[in-house]
Amino acid sequence: MAEFVPKIVAFVCNWCSYAGADGAGGQKLTYPSSVKLIRVMCSGRVDPQTVMEAFREGADGVMVLGCHPGDCHYRSGNMKAQRRFKIFSMLLSQMGIENDRFLLDWVAAGEGKKFAEVANRMHEQVVRLGPLSIRGKVERVVAV
Amino acid sequence: MTTKPKVGFYWCASCGGCEETVVDLDEKVLDVVAAVDIVFWPCAMDFKYEDVEAMPDGAMAACFINGAIRTGEQEAVAKLLRKKSAAVIAFGSCACMGGIPALANLTSRTEIFRRSYLSSPTVGADGTGTVPQKSTVKGPVQLHLPDLYESVLKLDDVIDVDYYLPGCPPTPDLLATAVGALLSGELPPPKSVLLPDKALCASCDRNASKPDNLTVTQFKRIYQIKADPERCFLAQGVLCMGPATRDGCGYPCIKGNMPCTGCFGPMSGGDQGARMTAALGGIIDVGEAQLDGVLSGMPDPAGSFYRYSMSASLLGSIRKGDEA
Repeated sequence: MAEFVPKIVAFVCNWCSYAGADGAGGQKLTYPSSVKLIRVMCSGRVDPQTVMEAFREGADGVMVLGCHPGDCHYRSGNMKAQRRFKIFSMLLSQMGIENDRFLLDWVAAGEGKKFAEVANRMHEQVVRLGPLSIRGKVERVVAV
Repeated sequence: MTTKPKVGFYWCASCGGCEETVVDLDEKVLDVVAAVDIVFWPCAMDFKYEDVEAMPDGAMAACFINGAIRTGEQEAVAKLLRKKSAAVIAFGSCACMGGIPALANLTSRTEIFRRSYLSSPTVGADGTGTVPQKSTVKGPVQLHLPDLYESVLKLDDVIDVDYYLPGCPPTPDLLATAVGALLSGELPPPKSVLLPDKALCASCDRNASKPDNLTVTQFKRIYQIKADPERCFLAQGVLCMGPATRDGCGYPCIKGNMPCTGCFGPMSGGDQGARMTAALGGIIDVGEAQLDGVLSGMPDPAGSFYRYSMSASLLGSIRKGDEA
């Protein structure tokens, strides 16, 4: 059987974490190609439904990376993300999706090294879990 | 020979509350039966599946199907009714989104059988260990039961649905309006929900009492407080599904001083669990250290947010390792 290469979607905030990822590249740090970056303006802008849709469309893991507490460009977006994704993680475990498939973390603009570490750790976690399959009837988008 | 349009009603996995809505039309039901012929309604009238099979295709102008799809029989009858009906209306929350029966998607069929037939204190004593089988031989005959599905499905998972009318149950007024629209031919575009596409909060009469900067620092269950009958429930720290729930019910629960539990489901394109998660994340106003404490006041987010819409969750049903 071919080796499992996970698909990991990382929503990174424009002001800190995207710059952090950029820094990782600038410093020639390696992180797995399984991690696909999507730049958003703020971690607080990432709707839980977007994360659900990522899982549903085939992501095996999803990360949301934002500025450290106190550093949000919009003052409190990252704190809203933290509250939202805390509830979201409770939902995930109730729905039988391992919590290791989702990560909310903080990566500052200068933390290229941390970005690479987080990306590597997430990759390993998801490889350990294997592919995600969502059960039930899932091919249709919500009807109502 | 009558030329009145023919209408059918059917129930799948449901409690019967949607049938109650038809009865609750009161004297308006007389207008309905004056305008249509009810040709199939197992709850109230003695028609058999054979009678439906004998109809020409598309014979019924409309069929109102309530209940979720949970067994092979329900799926087969839904498919039969689809063939025989010009329009199929998913009637009630279960048909639209899974409803209360779909909370079973948080567990597995094996676990349901174990609990219901083996370990429950009221049934566990006979010691035979019998759980429902698809077929069994008793003497000279082979008996069959419909298959109980691993996941509870909504109606449009198995057939095409023309219109949706959610609610637990839909109110008699909404049913009367829907029947009226069907009879007059003044129908909204196919696949639409026969309700406004805005959140309940938009018409809730407590909206004015909602502070501009709504914040929650503690969740309280409704029995733990003496709820203010005028003030926004969320402002009182009570989980109210209004922000993530479709308008149109006339908020009878709120009028009864009970918070919305979300039976009309989400607005178009929304996932009710995601919508409520997003809404609450924006208004919970405590630091990281207190967050776990606050959320312990809301121990069952999946059951609370998806109480009526589990079959429509983007997360699917729980991944059941024991019956993969």
